[in-house]
This record gives sequence, C-alpha cells and structure tokens, in this order.
Amino acid sequence: MEIKVLKNILSANDEIAEGNHALLDKNNVFAVNIMASPGAGKTSLILETIRRLKGRIRIGVIEGDITSSVDAETVGKEGVPVVQINTGGGCHLDANMIRNALGNMTLKDIELLLIENVGNLVCPAEFTIGDHKKVLVSSTPEGHDKPFKYPLMFNTVDVVLLNKADLMPYLNFDPEIFSKAIKGINAKVEVFPISCTSGQGIEQWLAWLLAQMSNR
Amino acid sequence: MHELAITQSMIDIVLEQAEKAGAERVETIKLAVGDLSGYVEESVQFYFDFLVKGTLAEGATLSFTRVPARARCRNCARVFKLKEFDWSCPDCGQDSIEITAGKELFVESIEVE
Repeated sequence: MEIKVLKNILSANDEIAEGNHALLDKNNVFAVNIMASPGAGKTSLILETIRRLKGRIRIGVIEGDITSSVDAETVGKEGVPVVQINTGGGCHLDANMIRNALGNMTLKDIELLLIENVGNLVCPAEFTIGDHKKVLVSSTPEGHDKPFKYPLMFNTVDVVLLNKADLMPYLNFDPEIFSKAIKGINAKVEVFPISCTSGQGIEQWLAWLLAQMSNR
Repeated sequence: MHELAITQSMIDIVLEQAEKAGAERVETIKLAVGDLSGYVEESVQFYFDFLVKGTLAEGATLSFTRVPARARCRNCARVFKLKEFDWSCPDCGQDSIEITAGKELFVESIEVE
C-alpha cells in the first residue's frame, strides 16, 4: 500500500524558525544573521556596528561558536546584552538554538539583534533561524572566486560586505571578477567594500542596515 | 552534509506515517532531493542502514528522485534549468532570478505492508 507523505524533512527546523521570527516581530526586534568564513570579520563588524550605533539603537547580540566564549566576552565589554551559544561540534546555528538563546534575553530591551553564525560558508545558508535579513562578510584574502564555489550562500544573503578592502593593493584580488561572479548568482544583492580596521565603508553598511530596519 | 541528523529526521517521519497506518513493515521510501540541497545519497543510505535496525523500516529500499535546480526570471517570467556559474535568464539575459526548485528534501511517499 502506498502512502503519500510529502513532508519536508527540514520542517521541524523551519517551524521553529517561524516561531522565532514571530517572537522577534512581537517584541519589535530586527534580527540580522551574520555569516562568513572563519576570520573574515564577523565579530569585528559587530563591534564596529555597536560602537557607532550605541546611544541611538538598543542592540543585543547572539554569538555562535563551536566552543569558547571569546567572542561573547569581547562583545560584552561594549556593554550590550550578549548570549553565547556553543554548538559543541555543530557547524551552524539552527532555529532551536536561537529559540533557546532568545529565551535568555529580555527582548523588550532590544531593537536590533546581531546574530553571529558559526564561521562556515556552507551550512549556515541551509538552515533558517528566523532572522529578518542575512549578511555575508566576505574578505579580500579569501580571493575573488568564492561566489563560484559557494553559490548557495551568495544567493541566500541580502547584502555582501567585502571586508579588509584596504588590503587589496597587497593581494591578487580582482574586484571586477568578484562583482561579476556575484551578479551571476544574485543580481539584486548589494556589495559594499569595507574595512573594520580603517573604517572604510562602515557608514554605507550602517545606512543600509538602518534602511532595512525602517522599511520592514 | 548533516546526513546523519537528516536521515534520523527522515526515519522519524516514515515511522510516524507507518504507525499511523497500522503497517507491519515499510518496504520502500521515496525521497525527493534537490540538486542545491547539498545532500549526498550515498551518505544518507549509509546512515539509514545503520539507524533503521530493529524498526519497521529495517530492510526498506530507499529510492531517490533528484530535483534539478530551476529558476524563474523576474523580468520575463521564463522558467529554466540553472547552469553552473551562470544563473542568468537564457531568454532575456537578466540576472534577477528566483530559485523555484532544487532545494527540496522531501519524503514523497512510502510503501508499507
């Protein structure tokens, strides 16, 4: 006897993600999922964002790592509420982890939630967590061919920040190849060259972020 | 990747359906796996054989249907198969596309006794 099932195997995660999204909306919190390879600059971006928006926007942070609380401690020094998730080996954050983290935060005290995903260009793109926008921090030392190699990630995100742009004179990074490769995968995405060290491009990133918050 | 956790979720869905139908054993499981989903059939089979021991699904055959990646052009509405490296519309050349298929990971149906 044949039984039609038609059930999405990832439905359990997706349902929890929808619940997270609804909870964030209920509390008027705008959540951004920040993804990148290890070392591209996710934490640096979060620190720069906090430093420049402090006093204007109430920010909360969720840090995701396999282990250690290095990032949460660093971010905590900026005086914002932060929760560290340790996946214990898992290579991406999933909706259940975020649901638990949200339960440990006072959401009514936050307007902008920055979620730092585990450093990984593959898996975070496959697992919804309930965010409003997705950010990819690419970086010049990684090379300009990454859009060819990781199309799902580049297609999934809403904005690409090309960090360490100030290192371009010392690298074989071709920004035109990078830009063309991204356009072939995701035509609508904006690409901003930035440097968390020099401050280049950070204001453009913040303008984009604030526009997303007010247009929701 | 993550075939272990995914295979366990798939088995949970199958066993739930089989038990609801009062089945004695599961003979076949038909899965739809999209080209963009990232799931490797050999890995799913490997974990499946291990995880179903002692359950109604022990000995069941896994049957995979690959779903090719397709997209719809936001400009001219043409639906087409995605080519490697070039996700632009073959008709009008526009780059603004919406992926309509290829990310699936479904249990389509099961055959039980």
